[in-house]
Amino acid sequence: MNIILAFCCGLLAATGTYMLLRRSFVKLVIGLALLSHAANLLIYIVASPLLGRPPLVRAGETQPPAPFADPLPGALILTAIVISFGVVAFTIVLIKRTYEEIGTDDLDQMTSTDRDLC
Amino acid sequence: MLIALPVLIPMLGAALCLLFWGRSRPQAVLALASTASMLAASVWILFDVRDGTILTLNFGGWQAPFGITFVADLFGAIMVTLGAIVGLAVMAFSVGASDRLRASSGHYPLSLTLLAAVSGAFLTGDLFNLYVWFELMLLSSFVLLTLGGERGQLEGAIKYVTLNLLSSMLFLMAIGLIYGTVGTLNMADLARRIDDLQDPKLATLLATLLLVSFGIKAGAFPFFFWLPASYHTPPPAVSALFSGLLTKVGVYAIIRVLSLIFDQEWSLLGDVVLVVAGLTMVTGVLGAIVQNDMRRILSFHIVSQIGYMLMGLGIAIGLVGSLGASSPIAVLAMSGAVFYIFHHIIVKANLFLISGAVLITTGSTNLKEVNGLAKSHPFLSMLFLISSMSLAGIPILSGFWAKFVLVRGGLEAGSYTIVLVSLAVSLLTLYSMTKIWTQVFWGEPDDLKSPPLDRRTKAWVYSPIAGMCVLTICIGIGAESSAKLALDAAEQLLDSSRYIDAVFDGASAQIGDAP
Repeated sequence: MNIILAFCCGLLAATGTYMLLRRSFVKLVIGLALLSHAANLLIYIVASPLLGRPPLVRAGETQPPAPFADPLPGALILTAIVISFGVVAFTIVLIKRTYEEIGTDDLDQMTSTDRDLC
Repeated sequence: MLIALPVLIPMLGAALCLLFWGRSRPQAVLALASTASMLAASVWILFDVRDGTILTLNFGGWQAPFGITFVADLFGAIMVTLGAIVGLAVMAFSVGASDRLRASSGHYPLSLTLLAAVSGAFLTGDLFNLYVWFELMLLSSFVLLTLGGERGQLEGAIKYVTLNLLSSMLFLMAIGLIYGTVGTLNMADLARRIDDLQDPKLATLLATLLLVSFGIKAGAFPFFFWLPASYHTPPPAVSALFSGLLTKVGVYAIIRVLSLIFDQEWSLLGDVVLVVAGLTMVTGVLGAIVQNDMRRILSFHIVSQIGYMLMGLGIAIGLVGSLGASSPIAVLAMSGAVFYIFHHIIVKANLFLISGAVLITTGSTNLKEVNGLAKSHPFLSMLFLISSMSLAGIPILSGFWAKFVLVRGGLEAGSYTIVLVSLAVSLLTLYSMTKIWTQVFWGEPDDLKSPPLDRRTKAWVYSPIAGMCVLTICIGIGAESSAKLALDAAEQLLDSSRYIDAVFDGASAQIGDAP
């Protein structure tokens, strides 16, 4: 199970990096989204998930029966997902506005700030 | 409770600003009031930690390492105070310089959330919490950068957003790996437990991942390209806020993480940091020389100055790593880094404010289009001269002492190469400051395209600039007490056991208890 997830994570990161290196904005955003998924999946895998062992405390006991899954990575991933959702939403609006303003989705055309005015 | 105030006050201010959406005057009043009270709170914290006590706060009553901890040591308190000073100056400048549309729809609340996030990043003692503050800071800065939607802003924003998001992903991956291997994210707990890793190479890997991620945020070589591509595009008040604070959060994170957590890697990391520092200084200053726009020259100088801060850190941790024990020379070099940061934040933000003042008085910051300001605006020229000479490191101004402490630390530690590089770079800095001076301020004044400023705007624009200049001179004249503060902060940074003790059993106050 973990080995499959590890390959998935690597695939997501590789695809994301490839997309980031493309010249089109849209692919850039897809690349960022894929990379954030890779990061989230990485947190999940590294914390070695245990299937079917929820960290639930039974009535009358003080801690869940061992071994139990660590709940913290889930909380971390949820926070990270919410943040990356906001960021991706912002980026989509940004590329839409940029496309309207510049009229191209080619990153190589965006050099007006790098050129000197003279 | 006290040490949460620098985060809570600007958050509250931002929330209240949103109630006055569309009306610039009440928002400006709220922004000024909240940055002023943030400054008061952070100075109070600074007084409390001056004698070396470290204040901690566990949110929700959860003891470290289970809850989120805020820690204010001397370095953190100094940084928060500087953040509040820059915040107050920028808000005052915005009252005069912002156009009505931006000022009424989002400039103030976003600047306030940015300030809250920056203070949060300086105070937090938890790695994941640091990530969250970074993201809040980034999102506020994204919107501030693009507010207005001009072509240059959008183009700059795409580069800025992409590279900073990439750095956040790397940071998040590093956090995942740290949690998976060490099993904690509380920085003090991490510092204790990272030595138990079976494979010491793992710690090197984690340190490298964090260094790359924070290096992108700090604008260190070779990851600085987003900075000069974007910092000159937004309105002047926004550039000043960014230039003073954003990259410094990256530098702060590098210093905090390397000095606190990865102390077993110091001899290796010290060399890496020194090489990065040297290359950052040189490439930054060479980039600045070929530019012909005031704001772009200043953006490249941010990059080269980041090198100086890293230089102090590199010398200090390299020395301690090779000696195996802390030494007065290492403390001196580290204090150089701390001194440099607090000199730099004030001077750099001020130079950007001055370039903003030039922009609104003449309509341009291009060196070829603006001439003779020394004749037409002598007061502004004098303020620029003070700040730029301080940046280049002319004696009695703050920059001289900052460089002096660094160079002395470097010489005593025997790192002659980096000292030579830093001196050559400061000569080149002086060259590009004189370039701005001769082209923009000397010569015959040309006809102004934009109408002269009215008295009210002038007062709001000039007073924060003059205030920051006075601060630069004060740091220069009172160099002994500033150096003492930096030395104390450096000593605390190099002795991580004090931080750890304070988090676990020191003077900890829970939220709700009286501080």
